[in-house]
Amino acid sequence: MNFDFSDDQKQLRDQARKFLTEKCSPKAVRVVLDGKAPYDKELWKGLAEMGFLGVAIPEDFGGAGAGHLELCVIAEEMGRANAPVPFSSTVYLAAEALLIAGSDAQKKKWLPAIASGEAIGTLALFEGKGNPSPKNVKLTAANGVLNGVKKPVADGAIADFAVVAARTGSSGRDGDVSLFLVDLKAGGAEVKSLTNLDPTRGQAEITFRDCKAEPLGATGEGWSILTQVLDRAAVLCAFEQVGGSDRALEMGRDYALDRIAFGRQIGSFQAVKHMLADMYVSATLARSNSYYGAWALSTNAGELPEAAAAARISATQAFQHCAKNNIQVHGGMGFTWEFDCHMYYRRANAMALGLGSLTYWEDQLIDRMRKKNAA
Amino acid sequence: MNFDDTPQEAAFRETARKWVAANAPKEFEQELSKSSLGRIRLAHHDIVDVGKAWQKKKFEGNWACLHWPKEYGGRGATPIERVIWQQEEGVYGKLTQPFQIGEGMCGPTVMAFGSEDAKRRHLPKLASGEEIWCQLFSEPSAGSDVAGLRTRAEKKGDNWVVNGQKIWTSGAHYSDYGLLIARTDPNVPKHKGLTMFFLDMKSPGVEVRPIKQANGMQEFNEVYFTDVVISDSQRLGAVGEGWSVSLTTLMNERMSIGSRLATGVPEMFEFCSNLMLEDGLAIDDPAVRSKLASWAVKSSGLKYTSYRAISALSKGDRPGPENSIGKLVSGMMLQDIATYAMDLQGAAGVLTGADEETVQGQFQQMLLSSPSMRIAGGTDEILRNIIAERVLGLPGDIRVDKDVPYNKIPTKGR
Repeated sequence: MNFDFSDDQKQLRDQARKFLTEKCSPKAVRVVLDGKAPYDKELWKGLAEMGFLGVAIPEDFGGAGAGHLELCVIAEEMGRANAPVPFSSTVYLAAEALLIAGSDAQKKKWLPAIASGEAIGTLALFEGKGNPSPKNVKLTAANGVLNGVKKPVADGAIADFAVVAARTGSSGRDGDVSLFLVDLKAGGAEVKSLTNLDPTRGQAEITFRDCKAEPLGATGEGWSILTQVLDRAAVLCAFEQVGGSDRALEMGRDYALDRIAFGRQIGSFQAVKHMLADMYVSATLARSNSYYGAWALSTNAGELPEAAAAARISATQAFQHCAKNNIQVHGGMGFTWEFDCHMYYRRANAMALGLGSLTYWEDQLIDRMRKKNAA
Repeated sequence: MNFDDTPQEAAFRETARKWVAANAPKEFEQELSKSSLGRIRLAHHDIVDVGKAWQKKKFEGNWACLHWPKEYGGRGATPIERVIWQQEEGVYGKLTQPFQIGEGMCGPTVMAFGSEDAKRRHLPKLASGEEIWCQLFSEPSAGSDVAGLRTRAEKKGDNWVVNGQKIWTSGAHYSDYGLLIARTDPNVPKHKGLTMFFLDMKSPGVEVRPIKQANGMQEFNEVYFTDVVISDSQRLGAVGEGWSVSLTTLMNERMSIGSRLATGVPEMFEFCSNLMLEDGLAIDDPAVRSKLASWAVKSSGLKYTSYRAISALSKGDRPGPENSIGKLVSGMMLQDIATYAMDLQGAAGVLTGADEETVQGQFQQMLLSSPSMRIAGGTDEILRNIIAERVLGLPGDIRVDKDVPYNKIPTKGR
């Protein structure tokens, strides 16, 4: 059994960590947090130069042609660094949708631009409240144009193109949904920035008015493609969450060792030790579930739907748990803007919703486990 | 990343599989595959008799205590081979329950500290199941703080005379030998005055009494020592070094990887899939689904954590500290699952009869037994301390009795 990343993949992780430690310090993250820039352009350029943006994109389309395991280790480091760039929208959602359903021409147009850092992409799925469901897709597509409003769209305000879920039928079934590719700079799409929990990753509202769009995949196949995209993104986001959990745990541990109260290190009090031990437990469970997700993703195994949901739930819970208790370990200092704890708290809770809520994924997991048990 | 065996591992697995297929007591297969929680029982046979027969067969086929050196009855197998064997032994591994303390703790301690004579005399018989060993550590006043134990061993010529009481000794009533830690010097701080011995459980002055547990069962014992004489040749390690000897024993306990802990999740999933509530099946209820999903990911998280440890063994590395979370997670989960399964049964959840329609009292029994899962082999609190100190590097607890002679430590709270 070799249920671990290879030495090369671990080396890539070290390389990513070194790069991000240099280029993505908390100080750099704060430029975006404080609203001085919509995202870290320099970092984005650097990620492209390192080959990280196109790591899972085939060489024919301008990528490094490595694979999803390589992308997983980079994702972990992105989460650990709380990187303020549209990495998940562009790489896990837009690029994966193109890889699954794009025509050769569509892939040629957008994938090399993603890998080189020239194009930012996103997925426009949600329309206000609610979780991923064909029923919640109201935006219409007819005669090659889209009409409707999407929100929240992650990184929508800085995206060059979007994969848009649209209604093309009224049968009440999954086949009513189709996907479209929209060049957001070509007119017809009006973008408005929205304030949100985690300012290091923007959210937007996009209004489509007779906006020109080309189909991505066959008509009526939208929901089935989306399900695959969301499963892949669930695994990749889980690695970001695992990276974030580990960092939050480390911050808490380090503070517990440094801070003196009642004449001793606060990390010598069992109340604090046990809180940190529980954070370690959550983070470990999340890591192991995510490894299984990575295996399923990289081998395109039939187990992917169940593995992705398990990784998503476990990593969401772990990151929320670690980020929350990291503040608690820090006490009053953890509640200041100056300390970095709240950046992870914000990111953890924003990520918990991005691909659909925890409840949604719990529901998905049970459905998928039942399907497997019935088979 | 893959779940495949290396060619050597695959060959070893094939050999093991063939041997198990040809030799296992298949008449017990069904019964063994059902009982997953708590101690194993067989309807018409004594588990110790059936276990001894299986252990003997394994010993003769060179499959007993297989990570031990050959000269002491083992196979000299690598850690990963041991894991593969456990996987292939499958449900029949449950028959080894009476021998686990001996194989996992007593044997390795004798191997590390016993004389060559003692090793050759005792280890092969332990491996073959001919002699069963138990471990005599815990006392009524020394559980988590086992170094605070009171049982005295006093030197009289070439012998030691032991007086005191041990508790929570699994299998003491059918054991032939016991690993005993006792206080040999009460005038020094508690960790420094301990010494390790082994003794014949049939020695005059040893009395074994079963304990009636909170769940109504009798699975453990108290062992009383009244002027029990032990030869100095049965001492393991130096006088006063018992604590560090005991750490070897306990470390071996924690090294056992791949032994899957019961979580209650498969039972709960099946239960919810069949339980009809007013508005339909329990598993279609959003609240039930949410809880089930949270437990399912803990259970899968533990499974893949052990896979990571097995992968490290396969590469010849030492597994990381991740495995220390297993009992902590599964113990709490069992208790929570049992409580919720009963909640779903409403008022009828109080009924424990085997003829009740729902699940024959399965979860009720789990509820009553689960507190022990959170205590035995290290309480949840001790496990959290271990993770905090050894994994995260946090400071140890402040020990107010550290430099105090044992006989000056207060013994009552009020």
